[in-house]
Amino acid sequence: MTTAKAKSVLFEPIFNNNPIALQILGICSALAITTTLENTITMCLAVIFVLTCANFSIALIRNLVPSNIRIIVQMTIITSLVILVDQVLQAYHYALSRELSVFVGLIITNCIILGRAEAFAMSNPPVMSAIDGFGNALGYTVVLLFVGFCRELFGSGTLFGIPVMLPTTEGGWYYTNGLMLLPPSAFFLIGVFIWALRAWKPDQVEQDQFEIAPHTPARTSQAF
Amino acid sequence: MAADKESVANVVRVSVMVCLVCAIIVATASVSLRPLQQENRMEYRQVNILRAAGLYQPGMDVRTAFERIERRFVELESGEYVDRPEDYDQRRAARDPQESRALSEDPAGIRRQAKVAEVFLLHDDDGRLERVILPMHGYGLWSTMYGFLALESDANTIAGIGFYEHGETPGLGGEIDNPRWQRNWEGKRLFDDSSDLAIRVIKGAVPDDASEKEHMIDGISGATLTINGVNAMVRFWAGEAGFRPYLDRMRERNRADAGGNPVAHTDAGWR
Repeated sequence: MTTAKAKSVLFEPIFNNNPIALQILGICSALAITTTLENTITMCLAVIFVLTCANFSIALIRNLVPSNIRIIVQMTIITSLVILVDQVLQAYHYALSRELSVFVGLIITNCIILGRAEAFAMSNPPVMSAIDGFGNALGYTVVLLFVGFCRELFGSGTLFGIPVMLPTTEGGWYYTNGLMLLPPSAFFLIGVFIWALRAWKPDQVEQDQFEIAPHTPARTSQAF
Repeated sequence: MAADKESVANVVRVSVMVCLVCAIIVATASVSLRPLQQENRMEYRQVNILRAAGLYQPGMDVRTAFERIERRFVELESGEYVDRPEDYDQRRAARDPQESRALSEDPAGIRRQAKVAEVFLLHDDDGRLERVILPMHGYGLWSTMYGFLALESDANTIAGIGFYEHGETPGLGGEIDNPRWQRNWEGKRLFDDSSDLAIRVIKGAVPDDASEKEHMIDGISGATLTINGVNAMVRFWAGEAGFRPYLDRMRERNRADAGGNPVAHTDAGWR
Protein backbone atom coordinates (compact mmCIF):
# COMPACT_ATOMS: atom_id res chain seq x y z
CA MET A 1 0.00 0.00 0.00
CA THR A 2 2.63 2.51 1.08
CA THR A 3 4.98 1.60 -1.76
CA ALA A 4 2.19 2.00 -4.28
CA LYS A 5 1.42 5.40 -2.82
CA ALA A 6 5.06 6.42 -2.77
CA LYS A 7 5.31 5.47 -6.41
CA SER A 8 2.36 7.59 -7.39
CA VAL A 9 3.60 10.50 -5.26
CA LEU A 10 6.90 10.27 -7.10
CA PHE A 11 5.65 9.83 -10.65
CA GLU A 12 2.33 11.69 -10.71
CA PRO A 13 3.96 15.14 -10.88
CA ILE A 14 6.06 14.22 -13.91
CA PHE A 15 3.29 14.08 -16.49
CA ASN A 16 -0.07 13.71 -14.80
CA ASN A 17 0.21 16.60 -12.39
CA ASN A 18 3.17 18.52 -13.69
CA PRO A 19 3.84 21.66 -11.62
CA ILE A 20 4.61 23.76 -14.68
CA ALA A 21 2.31 22.24 -17.29
CA LEU A 22 -0.79 21.65 -15.19
CA GLN A 23 -0.44 23.90 -12.18
CA ILE A 24 1.39 26.63 -14.19
CA LEU A 25 3.79 27.33 -11.32
CA GLY A 26 7.45 28.30 -11.40
CA ILE A 27 7.35 29.75 -14.90
CA CYS A 28 9.61 32.71 -14.09
CA SER A 29 12.79 30.70 -13.70
CA ALA A 30 11.90 28.63 -16.74
CA LEU A 31 12.17 31.81 -18.81
CA ALA A 32 15.34 33.16 -17.33
CA ILE A 33 17.92 30.41 -17.28
CA THR A 34 17.03 28.05 -20.11
CA THR A 35 19.17 29.63 -22.83
CA THR A 36 21.79 26.90 -22.44
CA LEU A 37 21.46 23.31 -21.28
CA GLU A 38 24.32 23.64 -18.83
CA ASN A 39 22.56 26.44 -16.95
CA THR A 40 19.29 24.55 -17.15
CA ILE A 41 20.71 21.41 -15.58
CA THR A 42 22.44 23.33 -12.80
CA MET A 43 19.19 25.09 -12.04
CA CYS A 44 17.26 21.81 -12.06
CA LEU A 45 19.74 20.16 -9.70
CA ALA A 46 19.49 23.14 -7.38
CA VAL A 47 15.70 22.96 -7.40
CA ILE A 48 15.72 19.19 -6.84
CA PHE A 49 17.97 19.65 -3.82
CA VAL A 50 16.06 22.58 -2.36
CA LEU A 51 12.60 21.12 -2.93
CA THR A 52 13.45 17.69 -1.52
CA CYS A 53 15.25 19.02 1.54
CA ALA A 54 12.72 21.77 2.18
CA ASN A 55 9.79 19.35 2.03
CA PHE A 56 11.61 16.91 4.31
CA SER A 57 12.55 19.45 6.97
CA ILE A 58 9.19 21.18 6.94
CA ALA A 59 7.37 17.87 7.30
CA LEU A 60 9.69 17.01 10.17
CA ILE A 61 8.54 19.96 12.26
CA ARG A 62 5.01 20.26 10.86
CA ASN A 63 3.36 19.28 14.17
CA LEU A 64 5.27 21.90 16.15
CA VAL A 65 4.79 24.91 13.92
CA PRO A 66 2.00 27.27 15.01
CA SER A 67 -0.27 27.89 12.06
CA ASN A 68 -0.02 31.68 12.18
CA ILE A 69 3.75 31.69 11.56
CA ARG A 70 3.92 28.63 9.32
CA ILE A 71 4.59 30.52 6.08
CA ILE A 72 7.47 32.47 7.54
CA VAL A 73 8.94 29.28 9.02
CA GLN A 74 8.70 27.59 5.61
CA MET A 75 10.32 30.59 3.94
CA THR A 76 13.17 30.64 6.48
CA ILE A 77 13.96 27.00 5.79
CA ILE A 78 13.71 27.41 2.02
CA THR A 79 15.85 30.55 2.08
CA SER A 80 18.58 28.86 4.12
CA LEU A 81 18.71 25.96 1.68
CA VAL A 82 18.93 28.31 -1.29
CA ILE A 83 21.77 30.27 0.32
CA LEU A 84 23.52 26.96 0.89
CA VAL A 85 23.22 26.11 -2.82
CA ASP A 86 24.41 29.56 -3.80
CA GLN A 87 27.46 29.35 -1.54
CA VAL A 88 28.42 25.91 -2.82
CA LEU A 89 28.06 27.07 -6.43
CA GLN A 90 30.23 30.11 -5.76
CA ALA A 91 32.89 27.90 -4.26
CA TYR A 92 32.94 25.05 -6.77
CA HIS A 93 31.39 26.35 -9.99
CA TYR A 94 32.18 30.01 -10.04
CA ALA A 95 31.58 30.53 -13.75
CA LEU A 96 28.16 28.88 -13.58
CA SER A 97 27.22 30.81 -10.49
CA ARG A 98 28.05 34.06 -12.28
CA GLU A 99 25.89 33.06 -15.24
CA LEU A 100 22.95 32.13 -13.06
CA SER A 101 23.61 35.19 -10.86
CA VAL A 102 20.42 36.30 -9.15
CA PHE A 103 18.36 33.40 -10.43
CA VAL A 104 19.86 31.01 -7.89
CA GLY A 105 18.63 33.36 -5.19
CA LEU A 106 15.29 33.59 -6.92
CA ILE A 107 14.66 29.88 -6.34
CA ILE A 108 13.29 31.20 -3.05
CA THR A 109 10.42 32.80 -4.89
CA ASN A 110 9.77 29.75 -7.06
CA CYS A 111 6.11 29.09 -6.32
CA ILE A 112 6.54 25.33 -6.68
CA ILE A 113 8.64 25.16 -3.53
CA LEU A 114 6.40 27.14 -1.21
CA GLY A 115 3.40 25.53 -2.90
CA ARG A 116 4.55 21.98 -2.15
CA ALA A 117 5.57 22.92 1.39
CA GLU A 118 2.16 24.34 2.12
CA ALA A 119 0.10 21.80 0.19
CA PHE A 120 1.93 18.57 0.96
CA ALA A 121 4.70 18.80 3.55
CA MET A 122 2.51 20.44 6.19
CA SER A 123 0.20 17.43 6.28
CA ASN A 124 2.37 14.41 5.43
CA PRO A 125 5.25 12.55 7.08
CA PRO A 126 8.86 13.54 6.22
CA VAL A 127 9.89 10.70 3.92
CA MET A 128 6.72 10.89 1.84
CA SER A 129 7.15 14.68 1.64
CA ALA A 130 10.72 14.29 0.46
CA ILE A 131 9.51 11.91 -2.26
CA ASP A 132 6.81 14.40 -3.23
CA GLY A 133 9.40 17.19 -3.40
CA PHE A 134 11.71 15.06 -5.51
CA GLY A 135 8.87 14.09 -7.86
CA ASN A 136 7.72 17.66 -8.35
CA ALA A 137 11.28 18.80 -8.94
CA LEU A 138 11.54 16.06 -11.59
CA GLY A 139 8.38 17.35 -13.22
CA TYR A 140 9.93 20.81 -13.27
CA THR A 141 13.16 19.33 -14.66
CA VAL A 142 11.37 17.55 -17.54
CA VAL A 143 9.82 20.79 -18.77
CA LEU A 144 13.00 22.82 -18.27
CA LEU A 145 15.13 20.28 -20.11
CA PHE A 146 12.72 20.37 -23.05
CA VAL A 147 12.79 24.17 -23.11
CA GLY A 148 16.56 24.36 -22.59
CA PHE A 149 17.20 21.76 -25.30
CA CYS A 150 15.12 23.61 -27.89
CA ARG A 151 16.45 27.04 -26.97
CA GLU A 152 20.10 26.09 -27.10
CA LEU A 153 19.78 23.95 -30.21
CA PHE A 154 17.81 26.47 -32.28
CA GLY A 155 19.16 29.62 -30.64
CA SER A 156 22.87 28.89 -30.78
CA GLY A 157 23.11 25.68 -32.81
CA THR A 158 24.87 23.94 -29.92
CA LEU A 159 24.11 21.41 -27.18
CA PHE A 160 26.08 21.70 -23.95
CA GLY A 161 28.23 24.21 -25.81
CA ILE A 162 29.21 21.63 -28.44
CA PRO A 163 28.32 22.75 -31.98
CA VAL A 164 25.63 20.55 -33.51
CA MET A 165 24.46 22.80 -36.31
CA LEU A 166 27.26 25.15 -37.30
CA PRO A 167 25.89 28.71 -37.39
CA THR A 168 26.50 31.03 -40.35
CA THR A 169 28.50 33.40 -38.09
CA GLU A 170 31.13 30.68 -37.86
CA GLY A 171 31.01 29.69 -41.47
CA GLY A 172 28.34 26.99 -41.18
CA TRP A 173 24.93 26.67 -42.75
CA TYR A 174 22.59 27.24 -39.80
CA TYR A 175 21.09 30.70 -39.43
CA THR A 176 20.52 30.99 -35.67
CA ASN A 177 17.08 31.90 -34.41
CA GLY A 178 17.64 34.95 -32.21
CA LEU A 179 14.14 34.75 -30.74
CA MET A 180 15.09 31.49 -29.05
CA LEU A 181 17.62 33.34 -26.92
CA LEU A 182 15.05 35.84 -25.70
CA PRO A 183 12.72 35.07 -22.78
CA PRO A 184 9.43 35.03 -24.78
CA SER A 185 10.51 31.91 -26.66
CA ALA A 186 10.31 29.98 -23.39
CA PHE A 187 6.63 30.94 -23.19
CA PHE A 188 6.02 29.56 -26.66
CA LEU A 189 7.89 26.35 -25.88
CA ILE A 190 6.07 25.81 -22.60
CA GLY A 191 2.83 26.43 -24.50
CA VAL A 192 3.80 23.80 -27.05
CA PHE A 193 4.70 21.39 -24.23
CA ILE A 194 1.33 21.90 -22.54
CA TRP A 195 -0.47 21.46 -25.86
CA ALA A 196 1.35 18.19 -26.59
CA LEU A 197 0.78 16.94 -23.05
CA ARG A 198 -2.95 17.67 -23.14
CA ALA A 199 -3.32 16.10 -26.57
CA TRP A 200 -1.79 12.96 -25.06
CA LYS A 201 -3.76 13.14 -21.79
CA PRO A 202 -7.07 14.81 -22.65
CA ASP A 203 -8.30 14.63 -19.03
CA GLN A 204 -5.95 17.56 -18.27
CA VAL A 205 -7.91 19.83 -20.55
CA GLU A 206 -9.72 22.33 -18.40
CA GLN A 207 -13.42 22.95 -18.67
CA ASP A 208 -14.24 26.26 -20.27
CA GLN A 209 -14.98 28.81 -17.59
CA PHE A 210 -17.93 30.07 -19.60
CA GLU A 211 -19.69 29.17 -22.78
CA ILE A 212 -20.75 31.62 -25.39
CA ALA A 213 -24.54 31.70 -25.47
CA PRO A 214 -26.26 30.96 -28.79
CA HIS A 215 -27.31 33.92 -30.86
CA THR A 216 -30.56 35.56 -29.91
CA PRO A 217 -32.58 37.63 -32.36
CA ALA A 218 -31.84 41.35 -32.19
CA ARG A 219 -34.29 43.20 -29.99
CA THR A 220 -34.01 46.62 -31.55
CA SER A 221 -37.71 47.32 -31.18
CA GLN A 222 -37.49 47.26 -27.39
CA ALA A 223 -34.43 49.55 -27.27
CA PHE A 224 -36.17 52.37 -29.06
CA MET B 1 0.15 19.66 23.09
CA ALA B 2 -2.35 20.63 20.44
CA ALA B 3 -3.78 23.49 22.48
CA ASP B 4 -0.28 24.49 23.44
CA LYS B 5 0.83 24.71 19.81
CA GLU B 6 -0.79 28.06 19.12
CA SER B 7 0.40 29.72 22.34
CA VAL B 8 2.67 32.75 22.29
CA ALA B 9 5.36 30.79 24.11
CA ASN B 10 5.38 28.17 21.38
CA VAL B 11 5.46 30.78 18.64
CA VAL B 12 8.57 32.28 20.23
CA ARG B 13 10.12 28.87 20.85
CA VAL B 14 9.63 27.62 17.31
CA SER B 15 10.83 30.90 15.76
CA VAL B 16 13.99 30.91 17.84
CA MET B 17 14.77 27.27 17.13
CA VAL B 18 14.18 27.55 13.39
CA CYS B 19 16.25 30.72 13.15
CA LEU B 20 19.04 29.21 15.21
CA VAL B 21 19.31 26.02 13.17
CA CYS B 22 19.11 27.89 9.86
CA ALA B 23 21.65 30.48 11.00
CA ILE B 24 24.11 27.77 12.01
CA ILE B 25 23.77 26.01 8.64
CA VAL B 26 24.14 29.21 6.62
CA ALA B 27 27.01 30.54 8.72
CA THR B 28 28.91 27.24 8.57
CA ALA B 29 28.58 27.09 4.81
CA SER B 30 29.57 30.71 4.37
CA VAL B 31 32.62 30.56 6.62
CA SER B 32 33.94 27.21 5.46
CA LEU B 33 33.58 28.01 1.76
CA ARG B 34 34.92 31.56 1.90
CA PRO B 35 38.59 30.76 1.08
CA LEU B 36 37.55 28.88 -2.06
CA GLN B 37 35.19 31.65 -3.09
CA GLN B 38 37.86 34.30 -2.62
CA GLU B 39 40.27 32.32 -4.73
CA ASN B 40 37.63 32.07 -7.45
CA ARG B 41 37.00 35.79 -7.33
CA MET B 42 40.73 36.50 -7.58
CA GLU B 43 41.09 34.19 -10.53
CA TYR B 44 38.08 35.78 -12.20
CA ARG B 45 39.74 39.18 -11.81
CA GLN B 46 42.93 37.85 -13.34
CA VAL B 47 40.97 36.37 -16.22
CA ASN B 48 39.46 39.78 -16.85
CA ILE B 49 42.82 41.50 -16.76
CA LEU B 50 44.05 38.98 -19.32
CA ARG B 51 40.91 39.41 -21.37
CA ALA B 52 41.19 43.20 -21.41
CA ALA B 53 44.80 42.78 -22.52
CA GLY B 54 43.66 40.47 -25.32
CA LEU B 55 45.60 37.50 -23.95
CA TYR B 56 42.83 35.28 -22.74
CA GLN B 57 41.91 32.03 -24.40
CA PRO B 58 39.27 29.77 -22.87
CA GLY B 59 40.75 26.83 -21.03
CA MET B 60 44.20 28.36 -20.58
CA ASP B 61 46.08 28.15 -17.32
CA VAL B 62 45.34 31.55 -15.84
CA ARG B 63 48.03 31.38 -13.20
CA THR B 64 50.90 30.75 -15.62
CA ALA B 65 49.65 33.32 -18.08
CA PHE B 66 49.43 35.85 -15.30
CA GLU B 67 53.10 35.42 -14.49
CA ARG B 68 53.90 37.59 -17.50
CA ILE B 69 51.98 40.41 -15.92
CA GLU B 70 53.59 42.68 -13.38
CA ARG B 71 51.57 44.49 -10.77
CA ARG B 72 52.77 47.97 -9.85
CA PHE B 73 51.38 50.83 -7.81
CA VAL B 74 51.03 54.37 -9.01
CA GLU B 75 50.48 57.52 -7.01
CA LEU B 76 47.78 59.12 -9.10
CA GLU B 77 48.54 62.75 -8.39
CA SER B 78 52.20 62.61 -9.41
CA GLY B 79 52.02 59.65 -11.76
CA GLU B 80 55.04 58.09 -10.02
CA TYR B 81 55.47 54.46 -9.07
CA VAL B 82 55.37 53.85 -5.34
CA ASP B 83 55.76 50.77 -3.18
CA ARG B 84 52.82 49.11 -1.54
CA PRO B 85 52.56 45.73 0.17
CA GLU B 86 51.43 42.75 -1.90
CA ASP B 87 48.02 42.68 -0.23
CA TYR B 88 47.23 46.33 -0.97
CA ASP B 89 43.53 46.60 -1.72
CA GLN B 90 42.51 49.64 -3.68
CA ARG B 91 38.88 49.34 -2.70
CA ARG B 92 39.70 49.25 0.99
CA ALA B 93 42.13 52.15 0.56
CA ALA B 94 39.36 54.23 -1.02
CA ARG B 95 37.46 54.04 2.26
CA ASP B 96 40.46 54.92 4.43
CA PRO B 97 40.67 58.72 5.00
CA GLN B 98 44.48 58.50 5.18
CA GLU B 99 44.79 56.65 1.91
CA SER B 100 42.15 58.40 -0.13
CA ARG B 101 40.59 61.74 -0.93
CA ALA B 102 37.00 62.87 -1.26
CA LEU B 103 36.16 64.03 -4.75
CA SER B 104 34.66 67.48 -5.15
CA GLU B 105 34.03 66.88 -8.82
CA ASP B 106 32.79 63.38 -9.23
CA PRO B 107 31.50 62.55 -12.72
CA ALA B 108 32.06 58.83 -12.22
CA GLY B 109 29.98 58.76 -9.04
CA ILE B 110 32.58 57.08 -6.83
CA ARG B 111 32.71 59.65 -3.97
CA ARG B 112 36.18 58.74 -2.67
CA GLN B 113 39.24 57.80 -4.63
CA ALA B 114 42.33 55.98 -3.38
CA LYS B 115 45.51 58.03 -3.75
CA VAL B 116 47.43 55.02 -4.96
CA ALA B 117 46.10 52.84 -7.75
CA GLU B 118 47.34 49.52 -9.04
CA VAL B 119 48.34 49.07 -12.66
CA PHE B 120 49.26 45.92 -14.51
CA LEU B 121 52.11 45.87 -16.98
CA LEU B 122 52.61 43.28 -19.65
CA HIS B 123 56.10 42.89 -21.08
CA ASP B 124 57.15 40.97 -24.14
CA ASP B 125 60.00 38.45 -24.08
CA ASP B 126 62.66 41.17 -24.41
CA GLY B 127 61.29 43.01 -21.39
CA ARG B 128 59.75 45.75 -23.49
CA LEU B 129 56.42 47.13 -22.37
CA GLU B 130 53.57 45.78 -24.46
CA ARG B 131 50.38 46.72 -22.62
CA VAL B 132 49.34 48.85 -19.67
CA ILE B 133 46.19 47.71 -17.92
CA LEU B 134 44.42 50.27 -15.77
CA PRO B 135 41.66 49.42 -13.30
CA MET B 136 38.69 51.75 -13.26
CA HIS B 137 35.29 51.95 -11.72
CA GLY B 138 32.27 54.19 -11.91
CA TYR B 139 28.54 54.29 -11.40
CA GLY B 140 26.27 53.09 -14.18
CA LEU B 141 22.50 52.93 -13.84
CA TRP B 142 22.10 50.59 -10.87
CA SER B 143 25.53 49.75 -9.67
CA THR B 144 29.19 50.57 -9.54
CA MET B 145 30.86 48.95 -12.52
CA TYR B 146 34.40 47.64 -12.07
CA GLY B 147 36.57 47.03 -15.07
CA PHE B 148 39.87 47.37 -16.82
CA LEU B 149 41.12 49.43 -19.71
CA ALA B 150 44.13 48.07 -21.58
CA LEU B 151 46.36 50.46 -23.52
CA GLU B 152 49.11 49.82 -26.04
CA SER B 153 52.61 50.83 -25.03
CA ASP B 154 52.06 54.31 -26.54
CA ALA B 155 49.78 55.00 -23.54
CA ASN B 156 47.12 56.28 -25.89
CA THR B 157 45.73 53.54 -28.14
CA ILE B 158 43.14 51.32 -26.49
CA ALA B 159 43.85 47.61 -26.69
CA GLY B 160 40.73 46.41 -24.91
CA ILE B 161 38.18 46.94 -22.21
CA GLY B 162 36.54 44.53 -19.79
CA PHE B 163 34.26 44.56 -16.78
CA TYR B 164 34.48 42.07 -13.97
CA GLU B 165 31.75 43.27 -11.69
CA HIS B 166 28.57 45.22 -12.28
CA GLY B 167 24.85 44.98 -11.62
CA GLU B 168 23.44 46.51 -14.78
CA THR B 169 20.26 45.17 -16.38
CA PRO B 170 20.98 41.87 -18.13
CA GLY B 171 20.37 42.21 -21.86
CA LEU B 172 20.44 46.02 -21.81
CA GLY B 173 23.15 47.68 -19.72
CA GLY B 174 24.59 44.22 -19.14
CA GLU B 175 25.59 44.23 -22.81
CA ILE B 176 28.75 46.08 -21.75
CA ASP B 177 30.01 42.52 -21.27
CA ASN B 178 29.29 41.71 -24.90
CA PRO B 179 32.59 40.95 -26.67
CA ARG B 180 31.26 42.37 -29.93
CA TRP B 181 30.65 45.75 -28.33
CA GLN B 182 33.94 45.61 -26.48
CA ARG B 183 35.74 45.04 -29.76
CA ASN B 184 34.60 48.55 -30.72
CA TRP B 185 37.14 49.97 -28.35
CA GLU B 186 40.16 48.35 -29.90
CA GLY B 187 42.39 50.78 -31.75
CA LYS B 188 40.55 53.90 -30.55
CA ARG B 189 42.65 56.65 -29.03
CA LEU B 190 42.20 58.37 -25.68
CA PHE B 191 43.94 61.65 -26.56
CA ASP B 192 43.91 63.71 -29.73
CA ASP B 193 46.96 65.20 -31.46
CA SER B 194 47.05 68.19 -29.12
CA SER B 195 47.02 65.79 -26.15
CA ASP B 196 43.50 66.67 -25.07
CA LEU B 197 41.24 63.96 -23.74
CA ALA B 198 39.02 63.10 -26.69
CA ILE B 199 37.59 59.64 -26.11
CA ARG B 200 33.82 59.46 -25.74
CA VAL B 201 31.01 56.98 -26.07
CA ILE B 202 28.24 58.43 -28.20
CA LYS B 203 24.57 57.61 -28.54
CA GLY B 204 24.02 55.32 -31.51
CA ALA B 205 26.61 54.15 -33.99
CA VAL B 206 29.62 56.18 -35.01
CA PRO B 207 29.03 57.57 -38.51
CA ASP B 208 31.60 56.45 -41.05
CA ASP B 209 32.51 60.00 -42.04
CA ALA B 210 32.90 61.40 -38.51
CA SER B 211 36.06 63.45 -38.26
CA GLU B 212 36.81 62.25 -34.71
CA LYS B 213 36.05 58.65 -35.49
CA GLU B 214 39.15 57.34 -33.80
CA HIS B 215 37.98 58.80 -30.49
CA MET B 216 34.32 57.77 -30.70
CA ILE B 217 32.71 54.54 -29.50
CA ASP B 218 29.27 53.20 -30.44
CA GLY B 219 26.63 53.34 -27.73
CA ILE B 220 24.30 50.47 -26.88
CA SER B 221 20.64 50.97 -27.64
CA GLY B 222 18.41 50.56 -24.61
CA ALA B 223 21.34 51.23 -22.31
CA THR B 224 21.83 54.99 -22.53
CA LEU B 225 22.23 55.54 -18.79
CA THR B 226 24.72 52.70 -18.38
CA ILE B 227 26.65 54.00 -21.37
CA ASN B 228 26.69 57.51 -19.93
CA GLY B 229 28.21 55.94 -16.84
CA VAL B 230 30.85 54.11 -18.88
CA ASN B 231 31.64 57.32 -20.74
CA ALA B 232 32.01 59.31 -17.50
CA MET B 233 34.08 56.52 -15.97
CA VAL B 234 36.58 56.22 -18.82
CA ARG B 235 36.90 59.99 -19.14
CA PHE B 236 37.38 60.36 -15.39
CA TRP B 237 40.07 57.70 -15.12
CA ALA B 238 41.90 58.92 -18.23
CA GLY B 239 41.64 62.51 -16.98
CA GLU B 240 43.63 64.70 -14.59
CA ALA B 241 42.12 63.15 -11.47
CA GLY B 242 42.79 59.67 -12.81
CA PHE B 243 45.77 58.23 -14.66
CA ARG B 244 46.51 61.27 -16.82
CA PRO B 245 49.73 62.26 -14.99
CA TYR B 246 50.93 58.67 -15.16
CA LEU B 247 50.10 58.32 -18.84
CA ASP B 248 51.74 61.67 -19.63
CA ARG B 249 54.92 60.53 -17.96
CA MET B 250 54.82 57.31 -19.90
CA ARG B 251 54.41 59.11 -23.19
CA GLU B 252 57.25 61.50 -22.38
CA ARG B 253 59.34 58.45 -21.74
CA ASN B 254 58.31 56.98 -25.08
CA ARG B 255 59.30 60.19 -26.85
CA ALA B 256 62.68 60.13 -25.15
CA ASP B 257 63.07 56.56 -26.34
CA ALA B 258 62.19 57.46 -29.87
CA GLY B 259 64.92 60.12 -29.62
CA GLY B 260 67.46 57.32 -29.76
CA ASN B 261 67.92 56.32 -26.14
CA PRO B 262 67.04 52.66 -25.71
CA VAL B 263 67.75 52.31 -21.98
CA ALA B 264 64.53 53.58 -20.59
CA HIS B 265 62.36 50.52 -20.13
CA THR B 266 64.77 48.56 -18.05
CA ASP B 267 66.06 51.22 -15.67
CA ALA B 268 65.09 50.82 -12.07
CA GLY B 269 62.11 53.14 -11.78
CA TRP B 270 60.55 52.16 -15.06
CA ARG B 271 60.54 48.49 -15.43
